[in-house]
Amino acid sequence: MSKSGMSDKTFEILNNTFLTIILIIVVYPLIFVLSASISDPQAVSSGKMWLWPVDITFKGYEKVFADSSIWRGYGNTILYTIVGTAVHLFVLLPCAYALSRKELKGKKIILWFILFTMLFNGGLIPTYLVVKSLGMLDTMWAIVIPGVVGAWSILVARAFFQQSIPDQLVEASKIDGASDFYIFMRIVLPLSIPIIAVMALFHAVNLWNQYFNALIYLSDRDMYPLQLILREILVVNQMQLNDPSGGGAESLVEQVKTAGLIKYSVIIVSSLPLLIVYPFIQRFFVQGVLIGSIKE
Amino acid sequence: MHKKTDCSYLPLGNCYVPGSEVGGQWMETTKKEVVTPTYNGWSDLKKNIRRNWQIYIFLIPALLYFTIFHYIPMYGVQIAFKNFIATDGIWGSPLIGFDHFTRFFDSYYFWRLLKNTLILSGYSLLLFPLPIILALSLHEVKNKYFKKWAQTLTYAPHFISVVVVVGMIVIFLDPSTGLINRIIVAMGGEPIAFLTSPSWFSHIFTWSGVWQTLGWGSIIYLAALAGVNPELHEAAKVDGATRFQRIIHINIPSILPTIIVLFILNIGSFMSVGFEKVLLMQNDLNASSSDVIQTFVYQTGLLEGQYSFAAAIGLFDSAINIALLIVFNYVARKTSDNSLW
Repeated sequence: MSKSGMSDKTFEILNNTFLTIILIIVVYPLIFVLSASISDPQAVSSGKMWLWPVDITFKGYEKVFADSSIWRGYGNTILYTIVGTAVHLFVLLPCAYALSRKELKGKKIILWFILFTMLFNGGLIPTYLVVKSLGMLDTMWAIVIPGVVGAWSILVARAFFQQSIPDQLVEASKIDGASDFYIFMRIVLPLSIPIIAVMALFHAVNLWNQYFNALIYLSDRDMYPLQLILREILVVNQMQLNDPSGGGAESLVEQVKTAGLIKYSVIIVSSLPLLIVYPFIQRFFVQGVLIGSIKE
Repeated sequence: MHKKTDCSYLPLGNCYVPGSEVGGQWMETTKKEVVTPTYNGWSDLKKNIRRNWQIYIFLIPALLYFTIFHYIPMYGVQIAFKNFIATDGIWGSPLIGFDHFTRFFDSYYFWRLLKNTLILSGYSLLLFPLPIILALSLHEVKNKYFKKWAQTLTYAPHFISVVVVVGMIVIFLDPSTGLINRIIVAMGGEPIAFLTSPSWFSHIFTWSGVWQTLGWGSIIYLAALAGVNPELHEAAKVDGATRFQRIIHINIPSILPTIIVLFILNIGSFMSVGFEKVLLMQNDLNASSSDVIQTFVYQTGLLEGQYSFAAAIGLFDSAINIALLIVFNYVARKTSDNSLW
């Protein structure tokens, strides 16, 4: 029995109620969008649809999948994400490994050189001018290269290498005549699958979801990633989805209604891949956050 | 509990060391015997490089990247003091001193931009404790499955892009068809044009941000809570402390170092206010409260091509940021033994 304040039983009930309310607030918008994307627009706008789908229709998805710019955007995003993640690992892993080796001289200076970029950067305009002068505008490289790696990632990967690659292993291989390249490729990388997965996933999610670099560096609409197409549809409201059925047949009212439906559908089409996948690889993300917070 | 860790070479890393039990299998390592060979002078360095040259090669891609995309822009920031003419280059453009800065400070929009930036950052900072509260609450859940589900579900918004989040805000707050306004009308109220009214902007921006980051932000505190010494709780129980009292007097003080470090990190990005989201939510009608320094840099610099002027404003912004970071880090170090460096 407690002497003062609320009893443990009351606390437990209050705590679970509090969490349940939080969960409803977090999840409800997502369920609403999912249900609205397959409900009759009439039911959505009249409020008949408030949780589960009403008068199921897949017209929104038909429109979205029939639209070439969404497909192209999807394709571009997949391309940028795969190439960007590959380049990310190529820049990150060797550098982090080298910084974890005790043979490396001048480690302190190199670390400062890298970490200083967290404290200060030239800003938007000077960075833009560099990208422009390198002729990267309107190329995939403008999306992939600026921001390819952050000081934080290097610190995290370095901490991993320091803790999980035994010095004796590297030294023994060296005595056997293995070169540093060989050791890195054949011994270190296979032992580092967890950190590679974490880093690749973090970067891939960022690339998938970012729009700003594409907004400033790309002007060719055919190169737009999915997020810029979404921006047009959801935010700027410049929706001009091609109507494959020949157009003109629908009344204006009908078009306005399907416009709403398309918005819900396009949110689901763009977000569902990540939302389905992340619970299964969640532990990698969580480990990524944690390892980032721990200094060896 | 309040460990002072050596962070001398870490300007922005989190230095708190929770406990070996958090963070998965690879955290648990034994201290290795490290014999560092000592080197003297250039000849030894040359010998070292000759023997381990491949290790140095490994650094090249990253060092090239940081040089080109971070240090060259830092060099390029001098256009803030110049009248940048593309054909003359950064170095050849005529120097004009602080003209861009004074023009900015004297302009009628200076105070508006500063005010909006401070309001949005300050508001978000005010809600900094929310993920901590969520973590404290999750930590008390006894049912393993409920806890796991609650965690997974609250992480979901982190994986939704900012474009989609703003798109959802637009849909839900639409004056005629949006869910929120239909509820207001159903309860007998007048529909509110949330997105075109300046007075609503900061609330919508900040609270939708809470929705996005609440769960994800709690991960780090949950890990810290897992490292709290159970003996403290046992002892408190013997003394008759309730669970609520134990949260206040044991859990919160135990994770305080983590809280302080994350708070300073937050300060470090005080002036950048997630401007990519602001930019998406901005329209002509709410501009009086949604114009922030960063969006203004984007507008004047990239849309209007006033590179030098925009670079000056951007430089002013990062100068404030660094100053804030240094001040708060100093205060934290003096008062609590926990700081970034």
